[in-house]
Amino acid sequence: MTGALTVHQVGPAVTVQDMGRPGHLSSGLSCGGAADRLALLEGAALLDQDLSLACLEMAGMGGTFTFSRPVRVALTGGAMSAERDGAALRWHASHAIAPGQVLRIGASVSGHYGYLHVGGGLAPPAILGSRAVHITAGLGRPCATGDEIALGPDTGGGVDQVLAVEDRFSGGQIDVLRVAQSALFDAEVQARFESTVFTRDPRGNRQGVRLSHAGAGFLGAGQLSVLSEVIQPGDIQMTGEGTPYVLLADCQSTGGYPRIGTVAPYDLPRVVQAPPGAQMQLRFVDGAAARARYEDAASQMRRLSRACKPLLRDPARMTDLLQYRLVDGAVNAVAPAGPGALPMEGEDG
Amino acid sequence: MANGFPRISAMGMTGILVSFADTLSEPANRAALAFHARVMDTLSEQVDEIAVTLASVFLRFDPVQTEPEQVHPVLARLLEERDWYDAALPPGRKLWRIPTAYGGAEGPQLEEVARLAGLSPEAAVAELSRARVRVLALGFAPGQPYLGTLDSHWDLPRQTDITPKVPQGALVVAVRQFVLFANASPTGWRQVGRSAFRCFDLGRDTPVALRPGDECQFVEATPDVIGAATHEDAQGYGNAQIEALP
Repeated sequence: MTGALTVHQVGPAVTVQDMGRPGHLSSGLSCGGAADRLALLEGAALLDQDLSLACLEMAGMGGTFTFSRPVRVALTGGAMSAERDGAALRWHASHAIAPGQVLRIGASVSGHYGYLHVGGGLAPPAILGSRAVHITAGLGRPCATGDEIALGPDTGGGVDQVLAVEDRFSGGQIDVLRVAQSALFDAEVQARFESTVFTRDPRGNRQGVRLSHAGAGFLGAGQLSVLSEVIQPGDIQMTGEGTPYVLLADCQSTGGYPRIGTVAPYDLPRVVQAPPGAQMQLRFVDGAAARARYEDAASQMRRLSRACKPLLRDPARMTDLLQYRLVDGAVNAVAPAGPGALPMEGEDG
Repeated sequence: MANGFPRISAMGMTGILVSFADTLSEPANRAALAFHARVMDTLSEQVDEIAVTLASVFLRFDPVQTEPEQVHPVLARLLEERDWYDAALPPGRKLWRIPTAYGGAEGPQLEEVARLAGLSPEAAVAELSRARVRVLALGFAPGQPYLGTLDSHWDLPRQTDITPKVPQGALVVAVRQFVLFANASPTGWRQVGRSAFRCFDLGRDTPVALRPGDECQFVEATPDVIGAATHEDAQGYGNAQIEALP
């Protein structure tokens, strides 16, 4: 059973994303794919399905969706307000949605990119082996009202799972590794870079985010005439005036602005999800320290799958409480959640 | 080659860069193209991506699957195999003569560029439209060529400010090179002209038109000719003349 997702109303930056298109850098096509890769893995873990399946990425604002068949959905990444037929849905969790039920996803509550995953994945036609919209490369376009997006066959699995996730949605400390061009920045500039508190600028998109700061720019030697070479998501490129941009999934394949370093892969989701105004401090770490913290996708998937727990409903929020037999037929709507209780249904924060 | 090239550098924990020069030269570009082919033959199984740009080869890998300490000596050994700066260009090269309108609305920064190069606008167009340049690398956007090298008075720095948008087909110049834009895009380079050439078109059997090693000449044409070529050439080559190079 396949079916479709119908878009009834949608924010300006909602796109189909997956793991992108590696292997085309020499032709000038960067990998692209979900800005927050960890959110893709979280969706795959919650729905117990392959991490290569496509989902909807929603920057800042979601949309209103219905489905032509019963679906399992998972909501991951930066939390957004979410309702199924008007009843609040928990983020970082999976839910069942029946045909005709309305899934309404509103504005970001924390972080910047929220993700809607469907059991079986979204299955619009693939281009060069991926369904990821890559706007700067001219591949695909954002979702629009009236779109019907094909769904893949769901091999089945549970719903009402919840995943406790570490806060990566409000900036913080970011590990940075050196690259060949770090040496263009002298020791004083590198030290000042590490001691500066940066603010995620409102200027940012899937290509990169600008980090603003008070004080002088961070200039490297030969700032405007560096030979273009491959650039990668996470690279911290200095523009002409010495303002850092962290490159994200849809960055170009090559660039000629000098890079002071590259964000360690495990901290990139933290930069991606930092909402405008969030503060970040960047510090250089060596390769060994970074490798000790690095996990490949397979280990991340194992860890996330183990961390999925059944979603318990919060008695205080149950409107249909009397239908439930809680303990031996007795109804107890006032028992507080004990220590170590699992997270309850409802909005985050 | 002097000055410590070729050089192997770590690019964070998931990348290694082999660079053949820090300024663009014809031998360094040939070295990068030939070394890329050699690395593709040798290391494709161990790494996730191998890419070539102007004068460097980049490898991306998962540090759990592949230790960077394993890749480094393999690359060092391959570098020792021969003088890569002396390598031949790739086989099957083509020459593309691409009609291009210079100046005015099609090349709003032509006068500024001419001044920076110490030429009159007319002399600048004469030089740029006669230059036969080679595709040194594809990058920035799908199928988009970096072409060079132009004479030394074309060693113009990038702009400090970024032009918010140049159109698809825009011909821009900096650092002794042209770039022919695949898509509308912001750029730090200065726009001197525009063609109807589409660098990347999924409707073609070969979406990416140009290959590193191919040669191009941006022959002067009127804006009307460019406008017509947009509709006439179903392949999206902007009425370019194409010939095989020996």
